[in-house]
Amino acid sequence: MTEMLKIMNLHAEAGGRKILKGVNLTVEEGETCILFGPNGSGKSTLLSTIMGYSTCEVTEGSILFKGKDITGLSVDERARMGIGMMMQRPPNIFGVKLGDLVKAASSNPKVLDQAEDFKMSGFLDRDINVGFSGGEIKRSELLQLTAQKPEFILLDEPESGVDLESIDLIGEKVKNLLYDDREGLSRQRHVSSLVITHTGQILDYIGADRGYVMKNGRIEYSGRPYDLLKHIKQHGYGECDECRSTNQ
Amino acid sequence: MPIDESVKKALNKKGTYGKDIDLEKYDEADKDSDQIDDLESTKYKEYMEHVGVVADEMARSGTLMFINNGLSHCSPKVQEGLELMTVSEALKVHQGLKNFMWKAMDPEKDKYTAKTYLEDGDGFFIRVKPGYHIQSPMQTCMLLNQDKAIQNIHNIIIVEDGASLEMITGCTTTRHANDALHVGVTEIYIGDNANLTYSMIHSWGDKTNVRPRTRTVVGKNSNYTNNYVILNPVGDLQSFPVSDLSEGASTTFNTMCIAHAGSNIDTGGMANLNGFGSRAEIMSRSISMGGKMCARGRLVGNSPGAKAHLECRSIILKDGGSTLAIPELEAHVADVEMTHEAAVGKIARDQIEYLMSRGLDEDQAVSMIVRGFLSGSISGLPEELQNEIDAAIEQANLGD
Repeated sequence: MTEMLKIMNLHAEAGGRKILKGVNLTVEEGETCILFGPNGSGKSTLLSTIMGYSTCEVTEGSILFKGKDITGLSVDERARMGIGMMMQRPPNIFGVKLGDLVKAASSNPKVLDQAEDFKMSGFLDRDINVGFSGGEIKRSELLQLTAQKPEFILLDEPESGVDLESIDLIGEKVKNLLYDDREGLSRQRHVSSLVITHTGQILDYIGADRGYVMKNGRIEYSGRPYDLLKHIKQHGYGECDECRSTNQ
Repeated sequence: MPIDESVKKALNKKGTYGKDIDLEKYDEADKDSDQIDDLESTKYKEYMEHVGVVADEMARSGTLMFINNGLSHCSPKVQEGLELMTVSEALKVHQGLKNFMWKAMDPEKDKYTAKTYLEDGDGFFIRVKPGYHIQSPMQTCMLLNQDKAIQNIHNIIIVEDGASLEMITGCTTTRHANDALHVGVTEIYIGDNANLTYSMIHSWGDKTNVRPRTRTVVGKNSNYTNNYVILNPVGDLQSFPVSDLSEGASTTFNTMCIAHAGSNIDTGGMANLNGFGSRAEIMSRSISMGGKMCARGRLVGNSPGAKAHLECRSIILKDGGSTLAIPELEAHVADVEMTHEAAVGKIARDQIEYLMSRGLDEDQAVSMIVRGFLSGSISGLPEELQNEIDAAIEQANLGD
């Protein structure tokens, strides 16, 4: 296995506040990693910093993607290198149609044909995210990512705000993004991901190889994702000696 | 004092808004214009099409074209229920027309209306007979082809009771007539239960001064939509069309502007909500690319049950210019509901980066957002006109 993403001693500020305080984290090629942590621990800031959003300013440390230092690269350069992100609360963009962005994100002229699978056919002529429900935003994000075909995917709470009926569709679409095989989990592509979840529901669909727990802007410990989830459900975010494997 | 004398005095009256233009700088443009039989073969075809006036007249219910101050083309055949001719001809045919001349528009409003009145400016006479719904859009073109000249046009549009019409008006200059002045006075009368959509697209030279003057009287339960588009450089443009609304009537002003470096644009609209339950909406989307942009809107609630909304949004894409939004709400009775929103500034960074996260570079992302911002202000335009507008937005290099 080779390293898809390697984050070393990453410090970052958002809105003038120090949020990330020395994050170290690795995602191997083809690996799905889960990021757990209490609200306000810096998880979403970490994903936004990896994507390169200007709301997050790196003050120290570096981000390597496929062995290349991308710390100073723009958002679009990172996207074109193969990084894609599903945002939890993407902005409304008045006047820009979802279908136009999906087409712009893909080289496939028939990409819009996929919209039906995401139950998004009726949304292609609508302004991006304007008036979309929680589930519609998730499906829109996944449709865009599917058009984009990234090699490394950042997912910020893919199951949050989604009703029980839609969770199956969201889960299946995330699974399809990560694995070409719809039936099993045999890897046809070397797509990697870093996924934030609070409930762990998404694990039922995509499985996971490794879990990280983030607190106060640092990775506190890592371990087997199901073990971490079980511990968090039972004990909250207190340190787990049994599953702990990394000290920072 | 005889009216001509008082109008002569108004020749020195500055406009309420906008820079004062020295009328002495210009000669009156010719009243004898090139006669065009076939729009497909005219040398002006490129200019016309650039402002949404198509050469294929089969796609339109009728066409009228003025070059300078004279009629150059009038469709020989028009759809049933539609009358097209010059105002001077119409005065001979319709005895009652003199009752509409300079009634909606006061010739003493400012020096531009006074000049047009005193020069006895001719223009389009367009009438839809009662009960007729004209299926295809009709089109007019006002083209300036003379440098250092004034185009004084006086148009009368009448949509009778129960009738409807969609109009496209393109106004433009040829390349050598850059330093000129266009004054287009348009009086519009809409009867009861009638409908008019009036879409105006302008394309001028970077030294051309422009002073349209439009006032519309909207009858009971009728609707008037005014779309205005200017995306190319212009010298100094000031326009503030007014609608007077009767009981149950409604009006919408949609404005889409780009102020390029060196351009000074002051535009908007005003609605007088005079009738019970009248409605108005004023929407303005403008962009400064280094030019000066002023977006005005004024709603005056004079009757109970009136409801109106005003929205001015501006984006500054390049430094060097300015943008000013002036929304005004004025109520004279208690039972009115009027609101406004105004926003001036740059494109939100998170929107640009969101599109960039899908692989678009920054210029492409800005261009996509700006296209959407502008296009979102006007919907339901004829396809050819929408295509022209899309092409003009594309040519404006908004992402650069």
